[in-house]
Amino acid sequence: MSEVKDIVVEKVAKEPLFSNKNKALLKDPLDDNNPITVQVLGICSALAVTSQVYPSLVMSVCVIFVCAFSNLSISLMRNIMPGRIRMIVQLIVIAALVTIVDIFLKAFAFDVSKQLSVFIGLIITNCIVMGRLEAFAMGNKPWPAFLDGIGNGIGYGVILIIVGALRELFGAGTLLGYPILNAEDGSWLASIGYTHNGIMAATPAAAMFIIGILIWIQRSRKPQLVDIS
Amino acid sequence: MKFIRNIFDNLEPKMKDNPFLHAVYDGFETFFFTPNHTTSGPGVHIRDGIDLKRTMVFVVLALQACLLFGMWNIGHQHYLSLGLYPGLTESFFTKFLFGALQLIPIIIVANVVGLGIEFYFAAKRGHAIEEGYLVSGMLIPLIMPPDIPLWMLAIAIAFAVIIAKEAFGGTGMNILNIALTARVFLFFAYPLEISGEGCWIAYDYNILHQLFGMEGSTMQALGMSAVPEGGWMTRVVDGFSGATPLGLAAAGGWEAVTNATLPTGGAQYSVSNLFWGIIPGSIGETCKPAIIIGMIFLLFTRIASWRIMLSMALGAVLTGLLFNALGSNAFLEVPFYYHLIMGSFLFAMVYMATDPVTAAQTNTGKWIYGFMIGFIGMVVRVLNPAYPEGWMLAILFLNVFAPTIDHFIYQQNIKRRLSRVA
Repeated sequence: MSEVKDIVVEKVAKEPLFSNKNKALLKDPLDDNNPITVQVLGICSALAVTSQVYPSLVMSVCVIFVCAFSNLSISLMRNIMPGRIRMIVQLIVIAALVTIVDIFLKAFAFDVSKQLSVFIGLIITNCIVMGRLEAFAMGNKPWPAFLDGIGNGIGYGVILIIVGALRELFGAGTLLGYPILNAEDGSWLASIGYTHNGIMAATPAAAMFIIGILIWIQRSRKPQLVDIS
Repeated sequence: MKFIRNIFDNLEPKMKDNPFLHAVYDGFETFFFTPNHTTSGPGVHIRDGIDLKRTMVFVVLALQACLLFGMWNIGHQHYLSLGLYPGLTESFFTKFLFGALQLIPIIIVANVVGLGIEFYFAAKRGHAIEEGYLVSGMLIPLIMPPDIPLWMLAIAIAFAVIIAKEAFGGTGMNILNIALTARVFLFFAYPLEISGEGCWIAYDYNILHQLFGMEGSTMQALGMSAVPEGGWMTRVVDGFSGATPLGLAAAGGWEAVTNATLPTGGAQYSVSNLFWGIIPGSIGETCKPAIIIGMIFLLFTRIASWRIMLSMALGAVLTGLLFNALGSNAFLEVPFYYHLIMGSFLFAMVYMATDPVTAAQTNTGKWIYGFMIGFIGMVVRVLNPAYPEGWMLAILFLNVFAPTIDHFIYQQNIKRRLSRVA
């Protein structure tokens, strides 16, 4: 009995900071286990804030921060908190982190904070954060939980930025505010009759189509992700 | 016939190996000759002599009257806005030619883009190519403004065919009407090109101008167009307004519609003009007699459902009567019967609502489906200031609900028959 225990302890002690398992925690959410396209979580904010790249970028950073540190704190607390009140504890942790993010944005990036408005506050209800806490942080050690939070935040951010880039490029002709497709009066594009796409610019429906097409492409590339239930 | 048969027989061995070529070959072969498929397996399955391909071609045939009228009307409206040839038969062939040059590129783009995508998916999935798209490819040009830029059309059609049709599994599996999906995409993506006052008369997207860079003088030498002072083709005669009947009605009721005059004299939107379709508008929807010819043909061949048409007309008329009774503003007071000849009501009723794939499948469901389209279409048209016309949105909305309607009809049927047993 004691022999077995020794071996286990030894193994844990030897595991490097970025073992293959931990790398997978970072890598999986980018593609095979993407929170948006595979788990279909966090759609609400992905539709709402992605009309431009910059807000999508800020939103992604915020979610990465909240996801990583809430995973870390909950993982640290996982053995001392009673199971019955774990939801409340999780929510308080997330709410505290979101408040920090919100105040930070208001202080240092007021414009984008106004643009994202209520959606920063709504990170509290972002299913990805809560989902990772329940599914991963409650049963894993702090370091893997932290990596998992970062991985899922990045997986979310990648999709947000792809959608934001497509919508900004075809809806307003710019990327991060720099004009790429200039269709103002007198430009070459305007002379051949190019106009910006109103769906891309104004309606979140465009984000839904883009995410839908991303899911389509991903699943036809990897048929094992297709889940017919 | 023998000659065409021989061509196909010679081609077949060459096409067999390549899946894409074979799909194309199969599509064309079954287009020319009714395939001699028989039902396999036990049981009696009677096949109708008319298969999907023949059904689709009948709809395309029914649309020809609208198409021909649309060609002439594009030219007529163009010259009218320049203050030229106000007579109906004046320069008949010039108008026809102008319209044909405007319309044929639209038809070509619609079919090349749509069929290209259709062929690609059919070959990739090993499906047979169906003629479903031929109907969409004919309907789409008819519901576009004559001046629609071709690249926008191509994007809209690619969107409609990929998202509304192929994503759901191809012909017969689509939830939304393909033609209307293409139009609704344009409506929201490029609203300036497909709504408002400026887009219903063809000016500067004429193919000769676009492709060959022909100048106004060349066109004039060919007798195609007169160049007005100060610019070519884009300058309309003074006092000409592109306001649509519905736009006018929304602002000032029926009086405003009938008061609109042409610079060349005469009322622009008299009842007879509205009925005969000598008004600016989407290419195929203006001429009511042409649509009625198609309607009779479709009803006679039993391809379109009379239940949907009748219930949709009833829905529109009853809602119109209700609005007349309320009558709290000028638009609500427009007599209900004029609603039937304004805008695209008739075209939507005959060709869009009756789409057999996207409509409700049960007979009772068809009544509900049609009636709700009539009701919602009128509500959007009259009560919603953001959208000038309601049929496109109403039909797409009910397309989404058609399976739900059917579901409840089925449940009702099951319940009724169960009570007979018990």
